[in-house]
Amino acid sequence: MSELIYTNIFVLDGVALTAAVILYFVSKKFKSKSNPKVEQIEQCLPQVNCGACGKVGCHDFATACSKSTEEEFSKLYCPVGGLTVMNKIATLLGYEEQNKKEKRIAVLRCNGSCENAPAQKIYDGIFSCQIAATVSSSPNGCPDGCLHLGDCVRACPFQAIQIDEKTSLPVINPDKCTACGVCVRTCPRQLFEIRPINKKGEQVYVACRNRQKGAIARKNCKVACIGCQKCSTINSTIKVKDNLSYIPTTLSAEKYGKELSEICPTKAIVYRKITNIKEDADA
Amino acid sequence: MPKINTFPLGGIHIAKEKLTALSPIMDAGVPEYVYIPIKQHIGSPAKILVNKGDKVKIGTLLADADGICSADIHSSVAGEVVAIEPTEGADGYYENMITIKTAPDEYEPDIDTRTEIIRDIPEREVIIHKILHSGIVGLGGAGFPTPIKINIPQNKKVKCLIINGIECEPYLTADERLMAEKAEEIIIGAKILNKALGIQNAIIALDQNKPEVIEIMEKISKVYVGVNVKICATKYPQGGEKQLIKAITGKEVPSGKLPMDVGCIVQNAATAFAVYEAVQKNKPLYERIITISGDECRHPANYRVRIGTPAEYLIEKSGGISPQVTQIIYGGPMMGASIVNIKAPVNKLIGGILLLSDQKAQKLPMGNCIRCGKCADSCPMGLQPYLIGKFVQNNLIEATKSCYAMDCIECGCCAYVCPSSIPLLDYCKIAKAELKRKN
Repeated sequence: MSELIYTNIFVLDGVALTAAVILYFVSKKFKSKSNPKVEQIEQCLPQVNCGACGKVGCHDFATACSKSTEEEFSKLYCPVGGLTVMNKIATLLGYEEQNKKEKRIAVLRCNGSCENAPAQKIYDGIFSCQIAATVSSSPNGCPDGCLHLGDCVRACPFQAIQIDEKTSLPVINPDKCTACGVCVRTCPRQLFEIRPINKKGEQVYVACRNRQKGAIARKNCKVACIGCQKCSTINSTIKVKDNLSYIPTTLSAEKYGKELSEICPTKAIVYRKITNIKEDADA
Repeated sequence: MPKINTFPLGGIHIAKEKLTALSPIMDAGVPEYVYIPIKQHIGSPAKILVNKGDKVKIGTLLADADGICSADIHSSVAGEVVAIEPTEGADGYYENMITIKTAPDEYEPDIDTRTEIIRDIPEREVIIHKILHSGIVGLGGAGFPTPIKINIPQNKKVKCLIINGIECEPYLTADERLMAEKAEEIIIGAKILNKALGIQNAIIALDQNKPEVIEIMEKISKVYVGVNVKICATKYPQGGEKQLIKAITGKEVPSGKLPMDVGCIVQNAATAFAVYEAVQKNKPLYERIITISGDECRHPANYRVRIGTPAEYLIEKSGGISPQVTQIIYGGPMMGASIVNIKAPVNKLIGGILLLSDQKAQKLPMGNCIRCGKCADSCPMGLQPYLIGKFVQNNLIEATKSCYAMDCIECGCCAYVCPSSIPLLDYCKIAKAELKRKN
């Protein structure tokens, strides 16, 4: 009996030892040379793999940074980490620091709250905007409006979106929002847009995506854009297409914001001032 | 006892609930306004030919097929066009519709309104020309334009025409009644399709639970050469195109291929009847049989309905909406869709309107997958719906391609059997729509 145990121990130990020796030499011979810089850059990055930079994830971004020339590097930007992270990477690579970028956050282009667009039908299906959008237009009748089911809330990697209990619309926390764009891709109605905030914290945008004729849009929602073209008289860069106005992101909110929100007959244009934004270190 | 055919993989046995199997088809009459959608088929919407204020007759061409995959739209009533504008459809989305204020019936001059059966089949060119200009689409529900289906490419060969008389959805009896009342017309329709395809034989596939229809069909088919009746098991989804081909011929349609690749063409019984009407009576497709049923329907019935009739009118005719009705469904309970707007018109593809109570239409809260594998067992295409569902939940649409999500026939067996009430069918539909959009 004891003989059997000894033989087993010898055989198994022998196999393990030979394998270890082979593996040691193989790992020496075929060692892959990884760039140590990639690892260092990766440690600076936020590691949420949101894809906001346009790369697949943080590792991909780090690889792209390490390979880039100075000119290429100036085009790379991590919107989540902001300038702090980019400066760290720049010093690591020995490049010049990037310039300050405008703070940008996601905005919801719909104002169809319970009060503005009361529900006429009941949706009792699955709690998912994606499914609800395929089944029917919307409880309030708007085929382009918010469905209030919170796909964006679940998708946001930074917990920056919350459904407001009163209006049942998603509200974006400007402090937490990093403009990564996950919500833009998630919303089945494409209601989110990444828009800049100017230095005073002002923003102006059309909070509507309804492309129906004015009369039909107004029937379901009090604050729908009816395509009246009044806003385009103020600035010619504002274009009205398919009964829907769009204010370009380059338009100065400071200069035109108040005027635009006053001229809009349905108050579809939102002009707001976000005060006390917790600025990142790059301010 | 004849041999009973069925498909080997998956499928479920569900309550039939055929309340209207014995009620004869009645004429629904003409509502005050009809709303005719210009897209009632797969493909591009038709091009509108009429203007506001035009006077139209029954059978007047309203919109012309635009492009290859499209179908003509004809007027179902006589009257005046009062509006051409986006109107709210059944799902709440707006689509272009032609609104006609109706007047007393007046037919286009070449439509034959006599009731006698015409048995002489015209030449092949005449048949193809008439089918092309009568707006016929597959009436089983998918709405694939029939002229494309019977136009076989040079390199393919069709050996077998199957007339699908299997109505496997619960409640619906529109095809069953049509086959019982217009059996000979359907068989002549099948012979016309035979001639158009250049083949000799047609198989009429029937469900085991339609003894009356089987008897009539077997009697009449003896008179016509090449027409055979085959009986299939009562199982859902026996009426699916690919399941039917497997059951009747034993051949499997490969993934991503069409039935004509295995030498088969499947046409719905109602389509065969529409072909008969179009070729022998010059009648374009402007009416169809619709079952109004459901456990909360006061007077379930089968109606012959003009295309464009609002659902409201039909529901009113069969007793109105009782307070217990919580859901109204266009189509069958398995594949149909719950509607939000009862003013929406019926189109060529709707086989039934169901009024269901809370008890029948209830939705349980969604639970977690317990990996019981029931969905995979019941899937008639042999897919793994739980996997597709998980991928869609985590936004990995590309990965569903390797699960063959595109082969899903949207029968709804997986969602029906799921003990955790996971909306697997919805996930499969999302996966299909997203994959189609990306390609």
